[in-house]
Amino acid sequence: MKFAVVVFPGSNCDHDAYHAAKHVLGQDAEFVWHKDTSLAGADAVVLPGGFAHGDYLRTGAIARFSPVMQEVRRFAAAGGPVIGICNGFQVLLEAGLLPGAMLRNASLQFRCEHVHVRVEHLDTPFTAACRAGQVLKLPIAHGEGNYYAEPQVVEALERNRQVLFRYVSPAGQVTADANPNGSVNAIAGLCNQARNVVGLMPHPERACESVLGSADGLVIFESVVKAGSSLSL
Amino acid sequence: MRVRVFVTLKPSVFDPQGTTVAEALHTLGYGSVESVRQGKYFELDVNASSADQARQVAAGAADQLLANPVIESYRIEVDAPGAAS
Repeated sequence: MKFAVVVFPGSNCDHDAYHAAKHVLGQDAEFVWHKDTSLAGADAVVLPGGFAHGDYLRTGAIARFSPVMQEVRRFAAAGGPVIGICNGFQVLLEAGLLPGAMLRNASLQFRCEHVHVRVEHLDTPFTAACRAGQVLKLPIAHGEGNYYAEPQVVEALERNRQVLFRYVSPAGQVTADANPNGSVNAIAGLCNQARNVVGLMPHPERACESVLGSADGLVIFESVVKAGSSLSL
Repeated sequence: MRVRVFVTLKPSVFDPQGTTVAEALHTLGYGSVESVRQGKYFELDVNASSADQARQVAAGAADQLLANPVIESYRIEVDAPGAAS
C-alpha cells in the first residue's frame, strides 16, 4: 500500500507520518507538496499535523485552498481513505470534508501531553484493526482542539456512529478530567458519513514505537493497510 | 473604498478568550462590564465604484475566507464615498 503524506508550508509531523508508514509498517510512502496536483498514485492520504500556512486567520483556513486539496477532495469523493491528524483534522474541517469546527481549548492552554482515547467504531479504514472499546494512549499537542458543532449536527454524528474516538480516562470512562480541551461529547476524532475520511486531534504517528512512550498509534495505520488489502482502490 | 469587516463567534458558541478577558476586567475593577466577546477586525481597501459593490466584494470574502460560518458571523461597514477618512 502507498501512503501520500501531504506537506503544507508549516507542516511539522509529515516526517513522523512518513516514518510510521515507511519504516515502521514497511509500506510505500511519498511526500506530496501542497502545490502538487497529483497524489502520486497513493492508496491512502495523510494530512499531517503542524501549523499549515502558520495557522494564520484560523487553523486550516488557508490550507483548505492549497491546490492539492482539490485532488484530496476528488480522492475522498471516490471513497479513498483520508486521515487528517491534528492540524490535518483542522484542515479537513475548514475544507468541509468533515462537519464542525475547532475552538480555542477551553483552558486557553496549549496542551502537550499523553491522553487516552476510546475507539468507538471499527467499521472505518482507520479503525478496522482495533478492538471494540480499545483504549489508546496517544500524545496531543494543540491549542485549538475544542471540537464544536451545532447541537443537531452533534446528534447526527452520534446517530450515524461518526464519532470514532472519545477522550476517556485510562480505564476507558468519559470524565471531565479526561477531556483536555473542552470538546463537545469528548469528541477526539470523527469520520464523514461515507466513513472513509477520518480526522482526529491526537497523534497516532507519534506513538508507533515503544521508545516514543506508546506504540498504541500503530493500529490506526495497520487498520488502513488491512482495509486497503480488502479494497479495490 | 475602505470596508470594515467584524467577525465574531456566534452567540451560541462559547468564547473562552472573551470570558477570560471579562474575568480580567472584573479583577481590575470593571465590575460593570457584564460580558466580553472577542473577535477579529479586518480593514479592506476595495477598488469599487459604489458602496454596494464594495460591500458585495467584502461579503464574498467573508463568506469564503474571513469567517467560518460554522462558528462565526460577520458584520460589514462601508465608509460612505467622499466622506473624510
